[in-house]
Amino acid sequence: MDRFVFLTFDGLSRGAVYAAFALALVLIWRATRIVNFAQGAMAVATAYAGYSVSAATGSYWLGFVVAIGAGVALGAATERVVMRFVDHSSPLNGVVVALGLVLVIQGLLGMVYGNEFRPAQAPFSRDAFTVGGVALLSRFDLFVFAAVGLVVAALAVLFTRTDTGLRMRASAFAPDVSRLLGVNVGGMLTLGWALAAAVGSLAGMLVLPTELGLHPNAMDIVFVSSFTAAVVGGLDSAIGSVVGGLIVGLLLSYVSGYLGATVAPIAVLVLLVVVLLGRPGGLFSRSVARTV
Amino acid sequence: MSAPLLRAEGLTAGYGAAPVLHGVDLSVAAGSITAVLGANGAGKTTLLRTLSGLVPATRGRILLDGLDLRGVRVEEMVRRGVAHVPEGRGVVTELTVDENLRLGGLWRTDRADARRALDEVYELFEPLARRRANPGHQLSGGERQMLALGRALIARPRLLLLDEPSLGLAPRVTAQIMQLLRTLRDDRGLTVLLVEQNVRGALAIADEAVVLSLGRVVSRGTSVDDELRHAYLGF
Repeated sequence: MDRFVFLTFDGLSRGAVYAAFALALVLIWRATRIVNFAQGAMAVATAYAGYSVSAATGSYWLGFVVAIGAGVALGAATERVVMRFVDHSSPLNGVVVALGLVLVIQGLLGMVYGNEFRPAQAPFSRDAFTVGGVALLSRFDLFVFAAVGLVVAALAVLFTRTDTGLRMRASAFAPDVSRLLGVNVGGMLTLGWALAAAVGSLAGMLVLPTELGLHPNAMDIVFVSSFTAAVVGGLDSAIGSVVGGLIVGLLLSYVSGYLGATVAPIAVLVLLVVVLLGRPGGLFSRSVARTV
Repeated sequence: MSAPLLRAEGLTAGYGAAPVLHGVDLSVAAGSITAVLGANGAGKTTLLRTLSGLVPATRGRILLDGLDLRGVRVEEMVRRGVAHVPEGRGVVTELTVDENLRLGGLWRTDRADARRALDEVYELFEPLARRRANPGHQLSGGERQMLALGRALIARPRLLLLDEPSLGLAPRVTAQIMQLLRTLRDDRGLTVLLVEQNVRGALAIADEAVVLSLGRVVSRGTSVDDELRHAYLGF
């Protein structure tokens, strides 16, 4: 039982990061129908920027802010300079361009920083509190929950309570109609990419200290788990991405804990296949009427 | 009839290399209803999409109150007083009725008047007030048309471009919408350019009718004679 409790908390902590990263994927998917396969590479690039500033200044938090800010800038630049010019007549075009971006970003990071792993500092202790002899959560885990919870709440307020959120949703669902109603759809897309990349950067800053550290490919596995989370929840559902992230986090934790870490990636793939077979639109997809 | 609010001169536009409109000339008097009629593929919808900027004109010019609209971005058109209710109504089905209506007035700097306009729309279309929290996909065809019209009215437009408002609606609902357009023209001086397949309904309220065929204006006037009806409108 102790082990189950520990694995549950560990899974929720990991899942929170996957949820944030999946949310970033969903934000872009809903706005542009593009799965941003470059999200992981972009997050690593901003993490490098953040840790460079931390190393130069000795302040983790300054580096943290720089990483998030770099995410905003990189996301906006990616939309304005690259993605806006992609021919959307085929969904494959966006995928190919995103994969190209992955190669470019990872290549540049390798050239600038080298391809060896570098330690990534955590702002809080990763030693878990123990209650009744059971290791539960560390200060860093609490920070992860708080950061992800804050971001999810802020995005929920933005999208459901503000005029900008209404413009962003309308631009995503009906761009031509939105333009006719005076909405700057291009600006909303840029904002969406900037927000998504910032959330991705946050996820990177939260997960890198717990994984192998900084490396140009450090987020590849995280991307796979988060993409699975987004698909499990439903690529069109922000709530689904959060729930999907937690499900994937728990699954990875339980499978790693009880069956071994080598089985965990297979479990994620099995989950993906089961959901795609049973509910292809994801757990939180809206029912679609079919004309016969 | 009063001076033209909208004029199109030699308008040529289309999709890719294939023009759909070929040198269309059009004049719409302020405070009037002008019906644009024609068979499928005549270019009626493309005409409206070109006037609102969704389809760029490759030749010709569009004048609104004498001001050339060339180079004006689509999202600016509503600020110039042009509201376009597209074919299929353009209701954002994922948003609620209230969100759809608010969306119509977000660009307005006079927020107090935007709120007044919202209240007026709820008074004008009472069923919408009852369903303000419902998402657009739960509305009937008639309610969606009300929503699209109401959303356009929140902008307090001078010119309303209306594409096939009767499409898929029961005759009774169509008659209500036609009557509403007449009221908006008479009471508010709204200028309407109405694309409609329901020729009889459109002619019943229009001050002028323009007949398009294969992207060219083949007739304009206060009525459509029998010969034109047989040739271009199929009845």
